[in-house]
Amino acid sequence: MIFDWKWDFVWAILPRLLGATLNTLMAAGIGYAIALVLGLAFALSQRTGWRLVTSMVREMLEFIRSTPLVVQIFFIFYVGPQIGVTLSPWVAGMIAIGLHYSAYLSEVYRAGIEAVPKGQWEACRALNMSTRDTYRRIVLPQALPHAIPGMGNYLVGIFKDTPMLSVIGVTELMQTANAIGSETYRFLEPYTLVGVIFLALSLPTAGLIRLLERQVRRKLGL
Amino acid sequence: MWDFLQTYGLRLSEGTLVTAAQFALASLVACLAALSAGLGRLSRHWLVRNFAVIYIEIFRGTSLLVQLYWIFFVLPLLGLSLPKFTAGFLSVGLNVGAYGAEIVRGAILAVPRGQWEAAYALSMSPAKRMRRIILPQAVALMLPPWGNLMIELLKGTALVALIAVSDLMFVAKQINGATFRSAEAFGTALIVYYLLARFLITPAMRGLERVMARRLGKV
Amino acid sequence: MDLSAYPLELPKDDCPMVRFMNVTKSYGALVVLDNLNLDIQRGEMVSVIGPSGSGKTTVLRMLMTLETINGGVIYVDGQPLTHMARNGRLVPADEAHLRRMRASIGMCFQHFNLFPHMTALENCMEGPVQVLGLSKAEARARSEELLAMVGMIEKKDQHPSRLSGGQQQRVAIARALAMRPRIMLFDEVTSALDPEVIGEVTQVIRRLVAEHDLTMLMVTHQMGFARDISDRICFFYRGQIEEQGPPEQFFTNPQRERTKQFLRAVKDAD
Repeated sequence: MIFDWKWDFVWAILPRLLGATLNTLMAAGIGYAIALVLGLAFALSQRTGWRLVTSMVREMLEFIRSTPLVVQIFFIFYVGPQIGVTLSPWVAGMIAIGLHYSAYLSEVYRAGIEAVPKGQWEACRALNMSTRDTYRRIVLPQALPHAIPGMGNYLVGIFKDTPMLSVIGVTELMQTANAIGSETYRFLEPYTLVGVIFLALSLPTAGLIRLLERQVRRKLGL
Repeated sequence: MWDFLQTYGLRLSEGTLVTAAQFALASLVACLAALSAGLGRLSRHWLVRNFAVIYIEIFRGTSLLVQLYWIFFVLPLLGLSLPKFTAGFLSVGLNVGAYGAEIVRGAILAVPRGQWEAAYALSMSPAKRMRRIILPQAVALMLPPWGNLMIELLKGTALVALIAVSDLMFVAKQINGATFRSAEAFGTALIVYYLLARFLITPAMRGLERVMARRLGKV
Repeated sequence: MDLSAYPLELPKDDCPMVRFMNVTKSYGALVVLDNLNLDIQRGEMVSVIGPSGSGKTTVLRMLMTLETINGGVIYVDGQPLTHMARNGRLVPADEAHLRRMRASIGMCFQHFNLFPHMTALENCMEGPVQVLGLSKAEARARSEELLAMVGMIEKKDQHPSRLSGGQQQRVAIARALAMRPRIMLFDEVTSALDPEVIGEVTQVIRRLVAEHDLTMLMVTHQMGFARDISDRICFFYRGQIEEQGPPEQFFTNPQRERTKQFLRAVKDAD
């Protein structure tokens, strides 16, 4: 077995990889922010009672969830110029990843909203609250603690899917490791380090999410 | 669109067949990995348990793409060279298997305590108890989440194109590179993936759920 | 549904506070209320009793507009509640009309339905601030006064999860009253309570009857309590009013066979 691990090479490329980690985190953060907002919009659009809107959005979300993110990234990146909108790799990537995960988050929100007891809606009705106030003041705050575990899982999921952005040339962690590999013809250290960095960042998150859930519950007095 | 399909339909179908093969083999790997790691996590031997935990955490804690590149580009440096086709389904299968292991473990733990005790009272051996009493009930519990996982697995196979396995995604990318008809190339690929997921995998899993339910006499 | 037989509004002088006119409610083939006619006068306290599934809770839920109506019209203070006048005829009410009409109705539920993420005081202030547009200070003053009346002022900063069932129900009554309704609906408000705390809730309702000029409709299983405080008892059986009358007469001298059976069964259970 040729086990040829070079520590000095590791120290040489580590700063570059850590720099790229920041880009990865930024991509995950932006993509997640888009997904959070879009997902809520999709979830609420499913509750309008408008049959046509409801079924169209549901079909679209089903489509997004059952097709590969990497193909969606290519589609958005390359189809833009074909119809006259040139998107930078970052913009195309953020749209693709945000849209993809919004389909999952809308499910998380839906389940959270459905977990709020029917009596809460009836109490709002009896207090003559508007639909908007009912959601904003009563239903969504109670749906949040139910949604946090799912929201946390998909935050980790989005983080782990950012390497796919390398296929259109977003300079995140994976792309940087690829670049180092093709410059130096050494793959062992860069690819292994990428794995270690991902592990180091995603392993503690599960605990943090549980902590956050407890905090939110306490804050809401539940 | 029609002329596009006439010109490239054959190549896209060939790509779809490769995707289907990757899917089938990766599912097999995923089932075996999930079952061994899921049972391993519940084992009384600390060595087996730790081995399972390390496998699950590594494959769930990093990206499929990272795993794929590592298995394809780095393993040869450690003396294990795999053809790209094998590296492809193996990576996807091992990745999904790690998620599946948690489903297996959860389902086994969800079998009511009374079933374990009843099997114990019949003085069954642990292996027999697991095989004859616990697993058949656990499988019925696993199937619904397993269905979602199979969709994720199908989506995962698209990444093998990045190590040049000529699957559906790879063909779409090639056509795009040659013609710049991106909407048609990637659009067709998306639709094929959707059809496979919605009209093949989902109904098959539902059918399996029904069969299992009937076997357990729950119909 | 032909609505031309129903008036656009009831004559102003001495119209009842609530009028159910030929009201029908069904879920698919199951008829819950069958051609119900019921008037409730201003300031009247009416108790609705009957076996489960007799449609008594549905009466309250329709008045609160939690349920839609399949036939007939409900009037509140002479105005149609479930419908509204448009171009000289009645059409089903839209959301704006329902909101306007609902403002005069308050309701307390069997399972309290307090907002778990708000304190007792915040629960009471929510409606006045968000719906009536009161300032926080005004809403607080009003809510504290009501919490004092139901004996919950010391617990005003507690969340519902820290309160007993009886305490939660008293907060729920204060919350409903904070909207200054003219009609109060009590839907089995003591059914989910432990026996030893029922008294603290019935005490509050007794005070309301004695001191306030509210029109009240109450669904209850507590015959003694209903007998004490009601002006009238309505006995529901299979979606219809089987018998009604002043409590003394109703309990001491029921006329109908089904009423007698029901009262005997209730007495045996006690």
